[in-house]
Amino acid sequence: MANIISDETIEYVSILAKLDLSEEQKEAAKRDMGRMLDYIDKLNELDTEGVEPMSHVFPVQNVFREDVVTNGDDSERLLSNAPEEQDNMFVVPRTFE
Amino acid sequence: MAKQYETVIGLEVHVELATKTKIFCGCSTAFGGAPNTHTCPVCTGMPGSLPVLNRKVLEYAIAVGLATNCDITRYCKFDRKNYFYPDNPQNYQISQLYLPICRNGHVEIEGKDGKKNVGIHEIHMEEDAGKLIHDDWADRTLVDYNRSGVPLIEIVSEPDMRSAEEVIAYLEKLRMLIQYLGVSDCKLQEGSMRADVNLSVREAGASEYGTRTEMKNLNSFRAISHAIAGERERQIDLLESGRKVVQETRRWDDNKEVSYPMRSKEDAQDYRYFPDPDLTPVRVDDAFLQEIRDRQPEFREEKMARYAEEFGLPAYDIEILTGEKALADLFEQTTAICGKPKQVSNWLMGETLRLCREKNVDASDLCFGPENLAKLIDLVEQKAINGSVAKEVFEVMFEENIDPVSYVEEKGLKTVGDEGLLRKTVEEVLQNNPQSVSDYKGGKQKALGFLVGQTMKAMKGKADPAMVNQLLKEFLG
Amino acid sequence: MDLLSMTAVELSQAIREGRTTAPEALAAVFAQIEAKEETLHCYITIEKEKAMQRAQEVQAKIEAGELIGPLAGVPVAIKDNLCTEGTLTTCGSRILENFVPTFSAEAVELLKNAGAVIIGKTNMDEFAMGSTTETSYFGVTRNPADPARVPGGSSGGSAAAVAAGECFFALGSDTGGSIRQPAGYCGVVGMKPTYGTVSRYGLVAYGSSLDQIGPLTKDVADCAAVLSVIASHDEKDSTSMKREDTDFTSALVRDVKGLKIGIPRDYFSEGLDSQVKEAVLKAAKVLEANGAVLEEFDLSLVDYAIPTYYTIAAAEASSNLERFDGIKYGYRADAEGLHQMYKKTRSQGFGEEVKRRIMLGSFVLSSGYYDAYYLKALKVKAMIKKAFDDAFVRYDLILGPVSPTTAPRLGESLSDPLKMYLGDIYTISVNLAGLPAISLPCGRDDQGLPIGLQLIGDCFSEKTLIRAAYTCEQAVKSAGEADAGQNTPGESAVKDGENPQTVKDETVADSKTGVMTSAGKEA
Repeated sequence: MANIISDETIEYVSILAKLDLSEEQKEAAKRDMGRMLDYIDKLNELDTEGVEPMSHVFPVQNVFREDVVTNGDDSERLLSNAPEEQDNMFVVPRTFE
Repeated sequence: MAKQYETVIGLEVHVELATKTKIFCGCSTAFGGAPNTHTCPVCTGMPGSLPVLNRKVLEYAIAVGLATNCDITRYCKFDRKNYFYPDNPQNYQISQLYLPICRNGHVEIEGKDGKKNVGIHEIHMEEDAGKLIHDDWADRTLVDYNRSGVPLIEIVSEPDMRSAEEVIAYLEKLRMLIQYLGVSDCKLQEGSMRADVNLSVREAGASEYGTRTEMKNLNSFRAISHAIAGERERQIDLLESGRKVVQETRRWDDNKEVSYPMRSKEDAQDYRYFPDPDLTPVRVDDAFLQEIRDRQPEFREEKMARYAEEFGLPAYDIEILTGEKALADLFEQTTAICGKPKQVSNWLMGETLRLCREKNVDASDLCFGPENLAKLIDLVEQKAINGSVAKEVFEVMFEENIDPVSYVEEKGLKTVGDEGLLRKTVEEVLQNNPQSVSDYKGGKQKALGFLVGQTMKAMKGKADPAMVNQLLKEFLG
Repeated sequence: MDLLSMTAVELSQAIREGRTTAPEALAAVFAQIEAKEETLHCYITIEKEKAMQRAQEVQAKIEAGELIGPLAGVPVAIKDNLCTEGTLTTCGSRILENFVPTFSAEAVELLKNAGAVIIGKTNMDEFAMGSTTETSYFGVTRNPADPARVPGGSSGGSAAAVAAGECFFALGSDTGGSIRQPAGYCGVVGMKPTYGTVSRYGLVAYGSSLDQIGPLTKDVADCAAVLSVIASHDEKDSTSMKREDTDFTSALVRDVKGLKIGIPRDYFSEGLDSQVKEAVLKAAKVLEANGAVLEEFDLSLVDYAIPTYYTIAAAEASSNLERFDGIKYGYRADAEGLHQMYKKTRSQGFGEEVKRRIMLGSFVLSSGYYDAYYLKALKVKAMIKKAFDDAFVRYDLILGPVSPTTAPRLGESLSDPLKMYLGDIYTISVNLAGLPAISLPCGRDDQGLPIGLQLIGDCFSEKTLIRAAYTCEQAVKSAGEADAGQNTPGESAVKDGENPQTVKDETVADSKTGVMTSAGKEA
């Protein structure tokens, strides 16, 4: 396997992805990611020099809405799914130490 | 000899655009709603919701780009900036990294050594975050998404500033341009204009930049000046003691006048930008650009020249009137109605700004309109009310935008034009104040002032002081 | 009257003509659910009372002449990644185990307006990541043709429900084959429309640039009818397309004369099960016999589609799934402090396959790797699109298999994710190129398992696809009728969901591992 994924890389990516992996899961993730990257490396066989990256398949552009208020107060329903609510707000653990 | 250091400063200025709705949904941007009452599935990051760009945001961003001499990107895109934080409901912010709407601009500022250009690296469109409210009692944080999705432009300058004075001059310049465009009210205190300061120091004469830090949470010119001084000192201290400046984001605490590093190890600053697949690219064609160009307003410099030419106002008046777009607008509108530019200017520069200062009201938040100010000026001009009554009426108008004509009528404040009544009153005053009369006759000019005052008092203020003066002199021979 | 043997279009006609009613049809479906659901587990949520009430309302409107369309009164199942106002929408994930949307997906809204009666929400691979419906937090769905096998995925619940008569039609979503592949495995018709044809508003995003909603139906006529209802330009979806003519039922004509059909050699090389190959080529012959012109050609770049897809889809997914953080909705784990809450919530809320893709996606977008992986994949995507553009200069349609094999046994696929990904080889490039494609039954293997035929069209050529698919289906049907009593390969879904006992072809299937040869080479 050409792509060796280090412990540091897995640690770093799991911080980015906000995932807490067990030791076992980390090992599996290293293996799986390495294999996938080896497979993805196949793309390097292709010469893509001068090819424009394509994020949208169709050349649709300039899709706008007009600056008109269309929404009213729907907070009661929007908050109905919140795991925790207080004073019409979403509750999270304190954000600074 | 101690080393000389140069401060190198670049600014990232966020400006909230004064659109009616948010950048990607039809929610109101109005301030002051109860928490989460200006939200919908899009701006609270509900699964399945999708963003659609508000056309006005694009127009406003381009207008600012044109006003700051930028190149307008004819094919621009939106990218996602990925980071986890509760004020950001999707945990990514829709912004522009790869193809921002404006690039390569500049504005001219008045520096210590004369005029200088501050380069603008780019301007991009993005969405604002929600508000976090810390509940210290319960040791938790509450999230209000009313501001989530409010449109912002971020104006990124080149590291062209060398002092706090230049930074302030640059911010003032931007504020002025943007206010004239009418795309934002640019209030630092209210957060509709926010500046992050990127600062590094280097030995005078060095060609390389030093390592920079970014300072956030600067919500007044005062805080900006203090933070620049504080950070300059901190960095010089580090270098002088042989240590290194760490590239990091710091939070300025204006009460304690110190800054703190903002992120923990849980925040790898790797935003994994990529083009947002939910939004289509924007192509700005010639016609669209021309449309916006044609709508560009008269900016301050042009206005100043015109005020001198058209209204013949003194330079001092022009400086003050054009210093606030709202004031200039009110001046022009009122003058158009009453045709008395100097009187309008006097009211605005005098009583208006005095009350603004006294009552801590921003010139852009004045409640009275040009019609009423014009009416008040006419009342004075026609001698229907005297100057001190006019000031009283104005003060009420400043508070609650009353119609001065009907107010004067209702309250019976009109100057009494009845000469017979005035003569009778003057006679009475003279009779009741023989001492003052003899004082005046004995050469004490001050006594006349007292007698004028007594007469005005007897007339309940509703007399023309010039006329009272004249009659008193007549009687006193 | 055997209601369950009717198609959706036939049923709505029978209701309109007063031969049956919407509540009766719904009752028949619930009887079938009663009988089958315990074994198959097609649904995550069934709302019986709500559906009954709705059926009565719809019936009244039909009688009043207010609802006259071909879906009025027809019971439908909705994949559980489409938001349904007031009804649980889980995406097959623990992290949304209690999420009740405040609005319905545009496609669902359109079905409701057309008078369709929603039965419930179908099982799926978690966040549509998987090809077997085994990654669902709510348990596996089984294939009606053989409960020991998977129904395919990710729209496995929808496909199985249609095949088993637990609904008359269903909606699914297709990011890399998630409608077509389970349709193929279960022996029903499934279509992935041109990107932008059906609004994505209300579809919980997996790979936004690839996701498209589409129908799973009993036959091609139903597929055309459903597509005609759900295809619309929606101002709430910036990527939604304005299309002129969305009456796809007008294409239900048996005529393929002169239609040029390209058969990519790359789709019939190593890895393809010989029985699948045979059945697919036989269907091609049917089209040829009806006047189509077949030609083999080299599509090229087929081997690059999977790595391109997994890079792009994982990257988009890693970002799309960031919003699941335990704050606004869904599962939240108890934890000290914000970051611990995030990590625990997401680690406990997401399953293994989802985490695998989030990790991969976060990595390919991370600083220093973006150009090498993500940007590279976007460039290859452009090349793949170009390869299709070139092909459609010469051909009206491209014909091939849906999957290399018929449905695998439960548990066979998950042990090796890469191997599972390789099963998407024929479906995935269609999503990269934004093309429409249809999967329809073209026979069964010697185990009695359905085999799917895939027709791929150029952008916006759904009508050509429907015409060809309809011709093929009708030709096989009339051949079947002529051949009365025989269980002919090419017969459509086994409607009662029974595992057919008749096994005609005695040929032993190719080793399933043959499919994975290319995988073995890469891995």
